[in-house]
Amino acid sequence: MIEPFASLVAPFVEFGFMRRALAGCLALSVSAPPVGVFLTLRRMSLMSDAMSHAILPGAAAGFLVAGLSLPAMTLGGLVAGLAVALLAGAVTRATVVREDANLAAFYLISLAGGVLLVSLRGSQIDLMHFLFGSVLALDDAALMLLGGISTLTLAALAVIYRPLVMECVDPLFLRTVSRGGGPVHLAFLALVVVNLVGGFQALGTLLAVGLMLLPAVAARFWARDLGGLIPVSMLIAAIASVAGLSLSYRFDLPSGPAIVLAAGALYVASMLAGPRDGLLRRLARPRHLEA
Amino acid sequence: MSARPAQPDPIRLVGLTLGYDRHPAVHHLDGTVRAGDLLALVGPNGAGKSTLLKGMAGEIRCLDGRIERAGAIAYMPQADEIDRSFPLSVLDLAGMGLWRRAGAWRSLNRHRAAIEAALATVGLEGFEARPVGTLSGGQFRRALFARLILQDCPVVLLDEPFTGIDARTVEDLLALLRRWHGEGRTVVAALHDLGQVQAHFPTTLLLARAPVSWGPTARVLTPENLARARALSEAWDEDAAICAGPRASGGHAHDHGAHAPGDHHHHEDAA
Repeated sequence: MIEPFASLVAPFVEFGFMRRALAGCLALSVSAPPVGVFLTLRRMSLMSDAMSHAILPGAAAGFLVAGLSLPAMTLGGLVAGLAVALLAGAVTRATVVREDANLAAFYLISLAGGVLLVSLRGSQIDLMHFLFGSVLALDDAALMLLGGISTLTLAALAVIYRPLVMECVDPLFLRTVSRGGGPVHLAFLALVVVNLVGGFQALGTLLAVGLMLLPAVAARFWARDLGGLIPVSMLIAAIASVAGLSLSYRFDLPSGPAIVLAAGALYVASMLAGPRDGLLRRLARPRHLEA
Repeated sequence: MSARPAQPDPIRLVGLTLGYDRHPAVHHLDGTVRAGDLLALVGPNGAGKSTLLKGMAGEIRCLDGRIERAGAIAYMPQADEIDRSFPLSVLDLAGMGLWRRAGAWRSLNRHRAAIEAALATVGLEGFEARPVGTLSGGQFRRALFARLILQDCPVVLLDEPFTGIDARTVEDLLALLRRWHGEGRTVVAALHDLGQVQAHFPTTLLLARAPVSWGPTARVLTPENLARARALSEAWDEDAAICAGPRASGGHAHDHGAHAPGDHHHHEDAA
């Protein structure tokens, strides 16, 4: 019992870069999953994937201007992501085309621009860095950024929580009682972008979505209401972070994919064994209650 | 929940044309919903009842003319956009009605008794903790009525509120409408059951895109008027010409009195 526990903890005790990686991932684990919970409840799961691509040209532009500079790439990613989110939201409100279609249009434009920018200058190695992140090389600035994003996300969610829930459940009702629906929706999209930018520091653009969505989807098998879904999704993300980092250290795997695969394994386990509609529970059909 | 006597008219319709893609669904409608009215909106399918209610609620823009509204209006649409798979309890759904008082941050705990009372009024006591997804269609409607009660608005717009609801529930909800009427609230409801309208609604607007008749229910729901409404509401003309009737800015005033359709404007495309 002691042996596996020790091997789990040892790399974090021994190496500073592992502790930094853990701190960064845990910061992301408390901010991204709640955003993912709302995304899945709004049936916008795939929107985060689109947004993660939309960030690319901004980050690439930052990279072209300033090299591997965290502030430049972060700023570029934020600008590109927010621009796509706001444009798609604005066009949706002004026309009859639905939001998912508009997002698809804008993110494709953005992604193509990003690929073009990356290919203009920069080697394959730079591109790999983009796509898979550098969680084992988080410096102080990156940690501050992740902590800041985490704090901002939790504070913002606390502020917009009730109107956001109302906007998810009954947007028409919210429109009749308040003008806040539009701003709340845009604030939420901004949170998605901010967390993806944070995730792209730790995990890379392709996998940033993983820590946002997998824990959120897995949580559906453990909790029924928002008060349960949000903490459970955070817990699952934290477990995936620790397990993924340990495994990546022990077996010399790339850390970003290891974390997301750990989250994926937790999702599969939840789907099978979760107390709420898990597959195994379905098999066991318990006797129904009295009417 | 107090009576609100001697209020300004909550809704005035002036030369109102509402519609989609320039095709009018409500055509040249003038009139006033007076404070304390219990008004039934009657007409065949496609007569523009829902469109008119949407317009009154501020959900769609006028093609012509205007709607003058005074004060807060609560609106219950026919096909709600509510996502019932969202993990929300009945208590929370009804509690949304308290938005004006509780806003985004204030706790709903202080209002818990009020929410429970509203749920009891619609016969949903004991359902507080149930997720909305587990309610039947009729129970869900009741929960929406509880939310309306908590909204405590002087004007309530209901779009076919009793569709798909069992007789006893309809009785309960009609009693609720009468109570609101007694409290001086203004209620406008789109309905199909003419017996219900005759029994419970003092005034009626019979609509067939153009207004057929607006006034005391007994005078409006005559066989002649109903037949005319049926004839009028037919046919969506894809190539309809531009309406040559007067622009609403002219402001020809009409009162409640029953007036025939087309007696104040005429169409070039009398096809």
